[in-house]
Amino acid sequence: MSFLAVTRATLAKDLRLEWRSKDAINAMLFFSLLVVVIFSFAFDPTAEESRRIAGGLIWVAFLFAAVVALNQTWARELRNHVLDAYRVSPAPADPLFLAKAVGNFIFVIVLEALMAPLFIIFYKLRPLGPAWELLPIAVLGTWALVVNGTFFAALSIRTKNREIMLPLLLFPISLPALLGMVNATTAVLTGEESAKFWIALLLAYDVVFTIACLLLFETILEAE
Amino acid sequence: MSGVSPIIVADAVIKQFGRFAALRGVTADFSPGRLYVILGDNGAGKTTLLRTIAGLSQPTRGTISVLGAKEVKTVRSQIGYMAHPSLLYDEMSGMENLRYFAGLYGIEDDAVAEKRCREVISLVKLDPGLARPVGQYSQGMRQRMSLARALLNDPKLLLLDEPFSNVDSHSAEEMAGLLAQMRDQGKTLLVVTHQPAILESVADEFVWMDAGKIVDRTSKLRGAQ
Repeated sequence: MSFLAVTRATLAKDLRLEWRSKDAINAMLFFSLLVVVIFSFAFDPTAEESRRIAGGLIWVAFLFAAVVALNQTWARELRNHVLDAYRVSPAPADPLFLAKAVGNFIFVIVLEALMAPLFIIFYKLRPLGPAWELLPIAVLGTWALVVNGTFFAALSIRTKNREIMLPLLLFPISLPALLGMVNATTAVLTGEESAKFWIALLLAYDVVFTIACLLLFETILEAE
Repeated sequence: MSGVSPIIVADAVIKQFGRFAALRGVTADFSPGRLYVILGDNGAGKTTLLRTIAGLSQPTRGTISVLGAKEVKTVRSQIGYMAHPSLLYDEMSGMENLRYFAGLYGIEDDAVAEKRCREVISLVKLDPGLARPVGQYSQGMRQRMSLARALLNDPKLLLLDEPFSNVDSHSAEEMAGLLAQMRDQGKTLLVVTHQPAILESVADEFVWMDAGKIVDRTSKLRGAQ
């Protein structure tokens, strides 16, 4: 069986399951909405202050929301021990990981697309730098979150407290990426410096961790 | 023993979970084209033995060779495995589940996959057109769909863990007949069950386990268990 065919089939299956249950997307939306509303009540920033803090607020909200989706990804495979059906099949491990990561990427990107207008309205945001750079920042930043998140969610599925374990593993290793996302977003919003260095950092982070996760995933999948 | 090479050879297999030994030096071989029933009390090591043969669990010590391979993963395409849980997605229909798993076994062509899925669903006496999600199936229907999934790849070796649990007696007899038919086609079956009487008339050998060891192998079902 081809790598791409298994990846495609697994991704289609995951999207179908999420479309029917809406477990991940509803929980993420609700959580992000709460963050936007609560922070907007907690602070009453001027437009200038908003530009300085919004990068951090946005990405922290998405990071926490992504954890919800990441936990769901593998929880689905544990119900009825379906993951064992994959493990006894001759399909290689990597397509499963890639499909899960791409699925999570789609869920989080959809969330970001839905929440971005709310952030703009609540925090009166208007980028002073090149707005188009927000697109690569969103894509690379989201991939950085989901690629490690998918991997560490898989690592923690057999632990008793996997909901707690995932953030404990994911957040420290995501710090360089988070720094890149926040600084790049702030740079675009304030227009005071170029975001290029941070975008390059995100790209390098994504490449390194995608390769590392793909190389190590089979060991995780085969672990008892 | 006949001159036929065994399909499974276990040599002093020990499987430990922490300090608990689920298998304590299992040495056995299983010949091709036979239906074996594995019996024993809860905790005797039946499921662990099946999972080890399926490659889902690695022996702590000892070796196990399946279909001539030391690495089970190289012969996975020839193994069918049915576990106690259904190994199916509750939110998808039986056909959707099977179409997905067919892809994992390299059955990618839509028409071929559809045909094969319909075949195995019909084989277990379910309706391939059933659109209901598996989560709404009765337990018996779920068991049969789970068996259909294990048959998808037309395996040489079938490992079945409690295939008759929660299945009504009529359906269980039908399933037993199907298993006998598979054995007659040359497949090897290892069936873990607490209801050996269902397979009494079709089984070739009963393998008795206790405390992680194979303690007896008989051609007839003993009265007292």
